[in-house]
Amino acid sequence: MASNIGRSSSNTNKGRIPWLKWWACIFFVYLYGPIAVLIAFSFNDNRIAQVWTEFSTKWYVKAFSNEAIQNAIINSLIVAAVATVCATLFATMAALILSKGMFKGQTLCLGIISLPLLVPEIATAVATLSFFAAINFPLGLTSIIVAHIVFCIPFAFMPIRARLAGMDETLQEAGRDLYANDIKVLWHIVLPQLKPGIFAGGILAFIISIDDFIISLMVAGAGATTLPLYIYGMIRLGVSPEINAVSTVLFLVSLTLVATYWFISKKNEGSNYVH
Amino acid sequence: MEIKLPANPITRRWLGLSPALITIFIFMVLPIALLGVYSFKPADSYGGVEAGFSLDAWIQLFFDRDLDDTLIFDSIYLQIIWRSVMLAAIGTTLSFLVGFPVAWYIVQQPPERRDILLLLVTIPFWTNLLIRAYSWILILGKNGMIEQPLLAMGLIDDSLEMMYGNMAIGVGLVYSYIPLMILPIYASLEKIDFGLVEAAHDLYADRWAVIQRIVMPLCLPGIIAGCILVFVLSLGDFISPSILGGGKKMMLSNLIQFQFSSARNWPFGGALTMLLLMLVAFGSYFYIKASRKSAYLEK
Repeated sequence: MASNIGRSSSNTNKGRIPWLKWWACIFFVYLYGPIAVLIAFSFNDNRIAQVWTEFSTKWYVKAFSNEAIQNAIINSLIVAAVATVCATLFATMAALILSKGMFKGQTLCLGIISLPLLVPEIATAVATLSFFAAINFPLGLTSIIVAHIVFCIPFAFMPIRARLAGMDETLQEAGRDLYANDIKVLWHIVLPQLKPGIFAGGILAFIISIDDFIISLMVAGAGATTLPLYIYGMIRLGVSPEINAVSTVLFLVSLTLVATYWFISKKNEGSNYVH
Repeated sequence: MEIKLPANPITRRWLGLSPALITIFIFMVLPIALLGVYSFKPADSYGGVEAGFSLDAWIQLFFDRDLDDTLIFDSIYLQIIWRSVMLAAIGTTLSFLVGFPVAWYIVQQPPERRDILLLLVTIPFWTNLLIRAYSWILILGKNGMIEQPLLAMGLIDDSLEMMYGNMAIGVGLVYSYIPLMILPIYASLEKIDFGLVEAAHDLYADRWAVIQRIVMPLCLPGIIAGCILVFVLSLGDFISPSILGGGKKMMLSNLIQFQFSSARNWPFGGALTMLLLMLVAFGSYFYIKASRKSAYLEK
């Protein structure tokens, strides 16, 4: 840490380029401007989504009293909840094993677990569709959930593994010295220490699942519409303030979750320094 | 009742690993292998494949069958693939040109400020791509945020038609994936010993020489990583072309999706997917090579 402070003070004196600040400013406007426009027009009274008349929350009322949107939200929440629980459980088990010592095939195991990060989503989507068709797996909420568990695993896995890597093992040794068996050490020592990592992993899995579009598009049967699928359908029909309202809510959900994740991992880092 | 973990470490290892590994193996590795096999089968016009062996899907990439069954060279699919590669390359270049100065700026800030700026760069990455692409319709579209003031001031008479073309797709690609350019570049810039920069200044190197001779070479692994990530993700992007390209200008992923929906030509879709995976594997190979090299440099 100390070297960092020394570094940054020297940075401020030398190598500073005057236009850089403006460049960064413009960049952040570019990054958040379109989203700000989207949010602003969700509160616009006018039917034409891009002409401002006056402030109104009627599009929120209209969108959320729409039964199809309500169903889509419920479907999205069911899928994300089940996928998150399964993926986080599987990822925790795998991380507990993979963080302990080296063994033959460990790199291969890590490779398989991170595979969903490398394969383009469209490839996963059509491959899963073909597979479900080949084994006569009915398309619907279940098929979406299964597909989501697969790509949620690596996202849940990363923070859990990071937490395990920075964990102090003396408590576990102390536990064993006091004749605790393995399951007791796991339950009373390892898991409580690991909790922030598991929580962070769960959040990432949940965000990834609730935002997923392409894979859901391919493996959803009739009647199993998730929120992003519904939004896509609305966008194809043209710009409308209802899309803005639903999108704003979905954006705020992601924003809250990312911020929570960020604070948990910041706290994790802090506690690691203490040990 | 007391639950016990298996005593044998090997049993325990496989018990712990199997749920994750088996799930990914059955629902990802196996399906991709199946799709590879499908690309060598005759198409069933109702979707799916028929028994037997056929190279039709792969031939279709380059040739069209005439009425009398002779093959004529047909570049329509190659054009779409070429457009995907070009758009991904242009998107990557723009992301680098915009993103590098931003990463450079962030690294010069005091630590607390850095954290906040990094969070700001990260947030869009975790928000829905569909929504982010849609928000650009409001900016670029007919009577959108750009056209409205220009029309009002009388600078233009008619719509600029910025939507539904290569430019809109490019904007969407850069907007979608630029966080993945900035983060790796930032990570490698952060590790640079700025004493070197100071030393260069003391030796009368100008700013440009410092960037070219010291900063760039040292953060090359981050630049390569960022470029490959953005390129690979742009190449497989489905949302930008279908929302901002209006479905008229296809990219590889739209073409793939089309084969599995309206066109019902699964073998051809399989062949296109294999092609995409090969391009991605090629990119990942360089990514791993670059990260190995950077790990070696750090030693």
